Amino acid sequence: MNKRFFLGIAISLVFYGVVQALISGEILNDFYVDTLVMLGINIILAVSLNLINGFTGQFSIGHAGFMSIGAYVSAIMTTNLGYSFPLALICGCLAAAVAGLIIGFPTLRLKGDYLAIATLGFGEIIRIVWLNNDYVGGAAGLNGIERVTNWSWVFFLVLITVIVIQNIVKSTHGRAMISVRENEIAAEAMGINVTRYKVIAFVVGAFFAGMAGAISAHYFYGIAPGSYNFMKSFEILVFVVLGGLGSTLGVVVGTVLLTLLFTFLQDIPEWRMIIYSLILILTMIFRPKGLLGNVDVMKLFKKRGGATKNGGTTTTP
Amino acid sequence: MTFDYLVQQLINGISIGSIYALIALGYTMVYGIIKLINFAHGDVFFVGAYTGYFAAKAGLGLILSLILAMVVCGILGVLIERLAYKPLRNAARIVILITAIGVSFLLENLGIITLGAQAQGFPEIVTKSTYTLWGDVTIDSIQIIVLAVTVILMAVLQFVVHRTKIGKAMRAVSFDMEAARLMGINVDSTISATFAIGSALAGAAGVVFAVMYPSVDPLMGIIPGLKAFVAAVLGGIGIIPGALVGGLLLGVVETGVQSIPGMSLWRDGVAFGILILILIFKPTGLFGKNVREKV
Repeated sequence: MNKRFFLGIAISLVFYGVVQALISGEILNDFYVDTLVMLGINIILAVSLNLINGFTGQFSIGHAGFMSIGAYVSAIMTTNLGYSFPLALICGCLAAAVAGLIIGFPTLRLKGDYLAIATLGFGEIIRIVWLNNDYVGGAAGLNGIERVTNWSWVFFLVLITVIVIQNIVKSTHGRAMISVRENEIAAEAMGINVTRYKVIAFVVGAFFAGMAGAISAHYFYGIAPGSYNFMKSFEILVFVVLGGLGSTLGVVVGTVLLTLLFTFLQDIPEWRMIIYSLILILTMIFRPKGLLGNVDVMKLFKKRGGATKNGGTTTTP
Repeated sequence: MTFDYLVQQLINGISIGSIYALIALGYTMVYGIIKLINFAHGDVFFVGAYTGYFAAKAGLGLILSLILAMVVCGILGVLIERLAYKPLRNAARIVILITAIGVSFLLENLGIITLGAQAQGFPEIVTKSTYTLWGDVTIDSIQIIVLAVTVILMAVLQFVVHRTKIGKAMRAVSFDMEAARLMGINVDSTISATFAIGSALAGAAGVVFAVMYPSVDPLMGIIPGLKAFVAAVLGGIGIIPGALVGGLLLGVVETGVQSIPGMSLWRDGVAFGILILILIFKPTGLFGKNVREKV
């Protein structure tokens, strides 16, 4: 909780106020509000996946499964059972977190590619469970969900997600997670409970994915199992990798760029995916660490002032 | 549930399973050599099916269509490897994996733009005739062709991998890339050959799949691709006989589940369930050996 933290909060609150004023003044039409909500949901998804993939180094590609749990559980609670949205939101998040726990434990023995495949399989199984369940509408999904979320909901939930995840990452626990990413065996030897941190990463990541699912279900009126397939998981993964694994700012920037690209190419759907995949391939070939993968923004500022903290690379201004 | 019914399901399962096995071979060979899950492999399968579609429309018979599809897919596989994966030879695994996903999206959507998203009916190049083996057990000509194609291609592959120079090079590179390079093996061309062979097999699988389920569309490779991948993991990814056994086993289990009344929609779920169980209890697959990690 330093000066930089409060400055960040202040700037984002100002941003929120300006956008809220523009919405109230009806200067921003529905298209822009939809895009902003979409951006927020994607940021929550990407930042939470980054905790698992980027910081803990556990290659998970089943994030859409957790998202669908949040979406379905919350939608069942508000639409079928008549509970209030805040309660449904919390239950959706918790259900997804429990799923993260269930998936986290058995798959912890797996590493790298094998873990990726297992999480992909789990994501698909969750989707197939929804697909085969008539209570939640089978392939057609649930419709007629009330629109409860709006820009304010989305903004504050994004803010909470980013603050919570940033705080985890900057804490002792975050350091432990990064050490697991760097070298599991060495981390274990240093007395870090590797299993515990992997599970924590999975549970927290799933919790926020569930949150994103719940708010998207209560914004776009309907949910269907088909929208939570592995393509969706890939999409989230691409946000993370393009922005830069293990950099929250990078992930946010990557998500914003790709979501905007997607929205503005909406009129040419055939070419949209081609442009998208070419960007993906070219970024991986020419900038494999992602756009902001090894760029530390604060260091850039410091270097400009000529004062490098770590010494060694001092350049005369 | 009579004995005849079980045998019938077994025949049906083996014929779809052998298609999975053909695709799984490509996954397994590529994984064995450069440790990459080639997500674009399922899309090579769709290109093969379309090549077969155009060849069949042009009046070519089954064998010529099959060979043409294999050649086109082999070239496509080498192109993909050279353009997308080769620049990343020393990059992190996740980077290559993401690139593979990108290539997969690219092929699918190029397919949608050039060929249209609509499914096309595959011309009838094999007349379907059904033979009764005994009682209620039948086998049709298409199932026989699928099996024959699989067996022949497997035999050829086995010969190439174990009896030829390029096969020896492939085994050497997959065992230890650096040592193989030091021994004077051209690693790049060996990897290209692996991609060519794997993709050609996927192309052949695409044609026989389209003959069996007579319809082609640009997204047709996604699900068989994933299933074949499950098959490769089931048998032990990187192990060639494993891909065959995994493919057949998956085909049989799937057909079995599908034939139970009320369970047909769970077919894909069962495939992924098997995947998870295998990964948890025997991550290296049925044929894999456990390798202890050295510190």
